[in-house]
Amino acid sequence: MAEREQKKRSAPQREAEEVADAPQPSERGEEIKADIDDILDEIDDVLETNAEDFVRSYVQKGGQ
Amino acid sequence: MAIGKICGIETEYGIVHRGLAESNPVTASSLLINAYVSELAVTAAAGSPPVGWDFEDESPGRDARGRAPADAAPPEVETHLVNAVLTNGARFYVDHAHPEVSTPECADARAVVVFDRAAEVIVARAMAAAGRMLPPGQDIVVHKNNSDGKGNSYGCHENYLMDRAVPFGRIVTAATTHFVTRQVFTGSGKVGAEASGAGPGAPEVPYQLSQRADFFEAEVGLETTLKRPIVNTRDEPHADAQRYRRLHVIAGDANLAEVATFLKVGSTAIVLAMVEDEALDRSLALRNPVAAVRAVSHDPTLATVVELADGPSMTALEVQFELLARAQKWAEEHGLDAVGGDAVGGEVLRRWEQVLTGLEADPDSVAGQVDWVAKRRLIQGWVDRHDATWADPRVAALALQYHDLRPERSLARRLGLERITGDDEVARAVTEPPTDTRAYFRGRCLAKFASSIVAANWDSLVFDVGAEPLRRVPMMEPSRGTEAHVGRLLDECATPAELVARLSS
Repeated sequence: MAEREQKKRSAPQREAEEVADAPQPSERGEEIKADIDDILDEIDDVLETNAEDFVRSYVQKGGQ
Repeated sequence: MAIGKICGIETEYGIVHRGLAESNPVTASSLLINAYVSELAVTAAAGSPPVGWDFEDESPGRDARGRAPADAAPPEVETHLVNAVLTNGARFYVDHAHPEVSTPECADARAVVVFDRAAEVIVARAMAAAGRMLPPGQDIVVHKNNSDGKGNSYGCHENYLMDRAVPFGRIVTAATTHFVTRQVFTGSGKVGAEASGAGPGAPEVPYQLSQRADFFEAEVGLETTLKRPIVNTRDEPHADAQRYRRLHVIAGDANLAEVATFLKVGSTAIVLAMVEDEALDRSLALRNPVAAVRAVSHDPTLATVVELADGPSMTALEVQFELLARAQKWAEEHGLDAVGGDAVGGEVLRRWEQVLTGLEADPDSVAGQVDWVAKRRLIQGWVDRHDATWADPRVAALALQYHDLRPERSLARRLGLERITGDDEVARAVTEPPTDTRAYFRGRCLAKFASSIVAANWDSLVFDVGAEPLRRVPMMEPSRGTEAHVGRLLDECATPAELVARLSS
């Protein structure tokens, strides 16, 4: 823990170019929020019957 | 000069056989794959029999460091389990106690996403086929995840072709930094923690970025099932070992978000190409990577800093911005030929920047691109609506069902995650191989001459052309055997004997 100084991000290019290329993430976020409201409306139908039991009994063998 | 980063993904899926008093995951996995293969045999025009896997080339115990430490336990090759090679060049098989799909060799990150989605379609069809074979009341359910929430983990591995001349130690330094910090966009999100060291007094982790982070206990090593290392040293190139190595990456989550898969593979391919071009120095080496994997994953605020070996502490996002800046500079100087050209490599760089910028400003803004964000929003929305808490057992159910691969049950597929593939190309990739790697030769031969192929593996096909002995066709060069190389030859050959004769002439 000798040095804990915060190094400032040093990626000047990203500030220069991001405006033109950025995908308007906030709009996308609004869409997602609307989608989540929709999915929450139908979630009881989609959720696995006895979801809690399903989770409790969900045991896998370890793999790689 | 960096070599073309031919790459692929192997995913071990979680599996449940319901409706049985006692189920066995190996049996269930075998049943799943056999159901898929036998329906294929019925529906295929030629009725081709399944082709077995050839284990001649398997040597997972070979260590990239040139010597295996005395305590290393090399993985065993399980030759008795179900193994199918598909006409898209992929392998669908039982690994340990899980069904696994290895995509065919792909020329770039975008193709990997297409074949990873095709693998989901294959698994969904296999579940449906198994359901038709099982007695009423039984079914097989498969999840694309990496943990059961009870301390058991299974992998989603990536593979990248690398120049054998590059010293392995240089790969380790750069790859470790990337694997620890890329979690900010590769994590699939997990409710709670399963860290083996997290005893009483450990801070509570209600939600973390990664499914896998809790299971890494070493920096470098040969193991994949115990004491998992951040950088795996399995040295099994499945190609000309004088020229190539295959970096076998075990430190990633299985992603449902296409952009996450694209960035996971695309950014890693770029970092590895930069290592080959000596464009990365040691200045981003981490002081304590094993602790950092968990620390980064356990903090969804992304504020946790990691210590650099020779410098200041930085957040994972800051390290990623630094890697990105170096990648952009590398691209200007060296071009993007090794990583899919401007079309793919350039898109990786653009999206890499967009996602990091979004994560920095407001993680929710990348809920269409990053799984841990998408899953967290879903759960938070549910918790708010039901006035529940994150400890509610139904939260764990939601988190698990995010990964369900049954189209009618998958929660991830209902969230409007951004697509970068089209349904048509994914449907084609279920049966047709990539055109620009040796997987093309494998897939076309299996489609055309399956009944004469005795065995197949990554770097050869064995033909029975009616005369002894069997003829092995080696494919030691992953970038050959493409449509451009052998497409016409395969069109022209009416019999496997003719193919083998013309190949050896």
